[in-house]
Amino acid sequence: MNDTLAGWLQITVLIAALALTYRPLGDYMARILTATRHLAVEKGLYRLGGVDAEADQQWGAYLRSVLAFSAVSVLFLYGFQRLQNHLLLSLGFAPVKPDQAFNTAASFVTNTNWQSYSGEVTMGHLVQMAGLAVQNFVSAAVGIAVVAALIRGFTRRRTDRVGNFWVDLTRIVVRLLVPMAFVFAIVLVAMGAVQNFHGIHEIGTLVGDKQSLTGGPVASQEAIKELGTNGGGFYNANAAHPFENPNGISNILEIYLLLVISFSLPRTFGKMVGDHRQGYAILAVMGLIWAASVALITVNELHSVSSTAGHSAGGMLEGKEQRFGIWASALFAASTTLTSTGAVNSFHDSFSPGGGGMTIFNMMLGEIAPGGTGSGLYGILILAVIAVFVAGLMVGRTPEYLGKKLGAREMKFASLYILATPAIVLIGTGAAMSLKGERAAMLNSGPHGFSEVLYAFTSAANNNGSAFAGIGVNTHWYNTALGLAMLFGRFLPMIFVLALAGSLARQQPVPVTAGTLPTHRPQFVGLLTGVIVIVVGLTYFPALALGPLAEGLH
Amino acid sequence: MSLTTDRPPVPTGPGVPAPEPHRVSGGLLDPRQLLTSFPDACRKLDPRVMARNPVMFVVEVGAVLTTLSAAKDPSVFAWVITVWLWLTVVFANLAEAVAEGRGKAQAETLRKTRTETVARRLTGWRHGDRAPAEESVPAANLRLGDHVVVEAGQVIPGDGDVVEGIASVDESAITGESAPVIRESGGDRSAVTGGTKVLSDRIVVKITSKPGETFIDRMIALVEGASRQKTPNEIALNILLASLTVVFLLAVVTLQPMAVYAGAEQSLVVLVALVVALIPTTIGALLSAIGIAGMDRLVQRNVLAMSGRAVEAAGDVNTLLLDKTGTITLGNRQAAEFLPVSGIDVGELADAAQLSSLSDETPEGRSVVVLAKDKYGLRGRELGGHAEFVPFTAQSRMSGVDLTEDGDRRELRKGAASAVMHWIRENGGHPTAEVGPMADAIAAGGGTPLVVGEVVHRDGETIATVLGVIHLKDVVKAGMRERFAELRRMGIRTVMITGDNPLTAKAIAEEAGVDDFLAEATPEDKMALIKREQAGGKLVAMTGDGTNDAPALAQADVGVAMNTGTSAAKEAGNMVDLDSNPTKLIEIVEIGKQLLITRGALTTFSIANDVAKYFAIIPAMFAVAYPGLDKLNVMGLHSPTSAIASAIIFNALIIVVLIPLALRGVRYRPSSASKLLNRNIRVYGVGGLILPFVGIKLIDLVIQFIPGLR
Repeated sequence: MNDTLAGWLQITVLIAALALTYRPLGDYMARILTATRHLAVEKGLYRLGGVDAEADQQWGAYLRSVLAFSAVSVLFLYGFQRLQNHLLLSLGFAPVKPDQAFNTAASFVTNTNWQSYSGEVTMGHLVQMAGLAVQNFVSAAVGIAVVAALIRGFTRRRTDRVGNFWVDLTRIVVRLLVPMAFVFAIVLVAMGAVQNFHGIHEIGTLVGDKQSLTGGPVASQEAIKELGTNGGGFYNANAAHPFENPNGISNILEIYLLLVISFSLPRTFGKMVGDHRQGYAILAVMGLIWAASVALITVNELHSVSSTAGHSAGGMLEGKEQRFGIWASALFAASTTLTSTGAVNSFHDSFSPGGGGMTIFNMMLGEIAPGGTGSGLYGILILAVIAVFVAGLMVGRTPEYLGKKLGAREMKFASLYILATPAIVLIGTGAAMSLKGERAAMLNSGPHGFSEVLYAFTSAANNNGSAFAGIGVNTHWYNTALGLAMLFGRFLPMIFVLALAGSLARQQPVPVTAGTLPTHRPQFVGLLTGVIVIVVGLTYFPALALGPLAEGLH
Repeated sequence: MSLTTDRPPVPTGPGVPAPEPHRVSGGLLDPRQLLTSFPDACRKLDPRVMARNPVMFVVEVGAVLTTLSAAKDPSVFAWVITVWLWLTVVFANLAEAVAEGRGKAQAETLRKTRTETVARRLTGWRHGDRAPAEESVPAANLRLGDHVVVEAGQVIPGDGDVVEGIASVDESAITGESAPVIRESGGDRSAVTGGTKVLSDRIVVKITSKPGETFIDRMIALVEGASRQKTPNEIALNILLASLTVVFLLAVVTLQPMAVYAGAEQSLVVLVALVVALIPTTIGALLSAIGIAGMDRLVQRNVLAMSGRAVEAAGDVNTLLLDKTGTITLGNRQAAEFLPVSGIDVGELADAAQLSSLSDETPEGRSVVVLAKDKYGLRGRELGGHAEFVPFTAQSRMSGVDLTEDGDRRELRKGAASAVMHWIRENGGHPTAEVGPMADAIAAGGGTPLVVGEVVHRDGETIATVLGVIHLKDVVKAGMRERFAELRRMGIRTVMITGDNPLTAKAIAEEAGVDDFLAEATPEDKMALIKREQAGGKLVAMTGDGTNDAPALAQADVGVAMNTGTSAAKEAGNMVDLDSNPTKLIEIVEIGKQLLITRGALTTFSIANDVAKYFAIIPAMFAVAYPGLDKLNVMGLHSPTSAIASAIIFNALIIVVLIPLALRGVRYRPSSASKLLNRNIRVYGVGGLILPFVGIKLIDLVIQFIPGLR
């Protein structure tokens, strides 16, 4: 089978699988978020945590719960890493240094999974399993919980209550993430991913060198790493490592896993607001951007080849796994940067300027196509609010989305949301570029070197976590700066989303008339896509011009 | 009172042309206004004033910075940018000043009418007091509840209600309408406005407003924009614009370290130019002018909105409550058909009906004459012999004419069925049985039957016969059906309010094409209807004039009080229509929509413009460091300095070019939201993308010849 055919086949299978899952998974998630009954195990957990499962929270209380839970998680994870040498299964590793431990704790709690360490030589099995993997579950669940609150803001009327964070969190973990991760971990094991508690094996290679191979509970972490759009690999090589991602089929499965929840959430949204067409419109925007991005990266990697070696290989193969080839690498790269996953099966640093630039642009879009679990949907809904506001004015009415008016209060929170992440990216990059010492961390010069720094801050602030590589980030400054970028990039937007949810829930919905801007037609899909691309493009154009554009145009 | 019966005829009589489905248009911009407003625009450069507009404030700060920079390192480029940045700010102020200037002119005329008048205050006045004690006080000293007397030729010293007498009043000072209006005590036409002039008779007025808070005072404040506050939607848009400004500010501030790394450090002038080019200056500059002009468009239509909020709400209205009489139908019923009884020719009936109505000056009577003329070619004529007209009285409930010729006497009467039949029987006639059913059928269809009878005394004999029935009906104003269909397409439901019985109401509602009707409406019913609609999240607009209407006017989201109405009604509503034309409600809705559309369209335009500006400025900044970026110079601009200068000049000029549009409002045709959006995105979105490419290129072609920009 030639590469092109195989590439198309993979894409077709992937889209078919996502399409088949859309309705059942989306509906199931809606049921989880709206059910009135509790499972026995959940009741046990509520009793343990002293949670009143029937209490509905105001948005402020919901937010405080999110922040408190996350703060405790950061502290716990930090302590865990600092004390790992005293714990079981440490494999003899020393405690993680304070700045790196902070960076890693922030990274996993914010669903970013930026890794300034190499997993196999830094973290013991217990930290990986009970620390990092647990955060892979709950950080993904926090994102879904927050979008659930936002959707309730749209559906509820004249109330100040947006749901119960503890109930949402528990249900998403117990009913959704754990069962799915369990099933797919077993599937991955069956495909050849490792799952054991072995330490480090020394093996002799064919050429006579010695190589260290670390075993560990890989498959179980791999499943939730993709499913929860986390992306933090057990190994430094991430999903390019054969123990994490053994073959072409597992590769497609992993791409499917990292897309499936985020692509099904529009269905949940449509179901909860009682109009599936609204869900399809959002899905269409996500799908369009994703498809365009996959196409652009694939074409760039296949055709913008500068070297003769590249031409004879049929594309930019540097930094890509021979097992996957260009098509599967491009597909993975687009999907991982458009979700907040950040797992990689190839090295984006080695992509062509166009392809690599596209991965940066994908993240700059704010992780919305389809984005992280929950965070992708709330991100695109905020952009929809902005689009509806401008378009709604143009039809001569106070703009309204799903019957809720977008007044000064709503626009305040939506505007702050779209302001927050670019501010972090730009200030972070600007600061790094103005510090001589930090510029030295770049391994390349010229625009490519700049792209590496831009990529790092874009990835951290958007909670992606993938790395362009080519930059030494395990320094005191980068660990701290990127750690803060991740925390602000995650929780500032959440504050504004929940505040918006509270403000929407208070409103009495406006009835739909012929004068209402319809938000389920192709017209709106086109409008929203345009607004997203133009607003993001305008924000980052100067920075992109000095990085990928300068590199690509010559 | 005004709800249970039909309204007294408001100025829309049969003679007033029916409302055409006309489009909202605004006044034109006189280029001279730009000049006369220039000093005002410069005065507004005061940073304390500018700070209210975050976008333009950033431009002003930028202009100060480039001025300092240009003074330190003078160059042609730096001074060109500096001058155009200042011009950008001035142009923005000019837009606002021009918009305000139009109101100021209007306020000036109003002020002239508010000359110091002396009031004749009555002390201890009571009803029926023939010779009350009187004292002269300045109008400014009048207090709430004082009674004043005003006689022909005198100016009414303050707002109030007529409590005694009837007078014709010249209200041209506020309405611009020269025909005098009648103001009388009691009823719904008792309100008088300070500054208007009594033309005849004598009235006693009870003062209802404090000095300084009269209608004219408020009107002056409104048209001058002194009491202008930002409306909710304007605030929301300002927040979005401010946040975009901050994003672009950050993008440029953080660009410098990146540029330093690239070996292309930028001068302060260039960085400021980039910020100004990117932030949404077009909409930022025109936003307040759009709001002022929106209010002004209402004023031009003789509608005073008490707040910009009300104008915005008008655009959002879901339900319009329209009074039947005067709004949907002409003020009075009109003859529509002559129905003869069997054996009588229709021409004979028409002739008799016309004769009986020749001297009937009521609108109904005139309509009978007109119908006979139009349909049967019967002209009004000189009557031979002796004709004696019999006017309508409450006792006889008939009117008509007695004709005497050669000793014969012919009496013609038209009137209520029972009255005419009674009269026929009295004269020995026997009305045919078919008259009853004919009259009933007309009543059932929502019309009013007028029976025509004839009594002939000839040669000592008396013959009394019923000739037939005139069908009087409510005549729906021309074009109303189309208007309502238009409103339906805009998503607005119309509800007709009438005191008629449900049957009549239904017939008229169907003919007019309204969506719903409220028959036998009492003020309570009306209030309940408004509350019901609002409970469903809908916004309701209505007109009213009676004191009874006041609670409903206050409850409605948009309450338009008629100027002829009571002061209670005017107090309760949030708009006053000086022409007292209830049909105007529809125009008010359109103006409200147009206001929002203008804002949205210019915002879209402003943001879309940025794309072209990037393509001008970014290659200009970095093509030296990275020659590949010159490929982004798709416009082929002459040099880096001319490119940046062109973008800034375009940015400033587009404000002036768009001032007329901001004042006039974008074109608005009632249609569905989807169609409107498509059109506006095409014009202002796509147009906003393309236009600056052309504009910047053209400017570049000119300014490349300036030495120093090569």
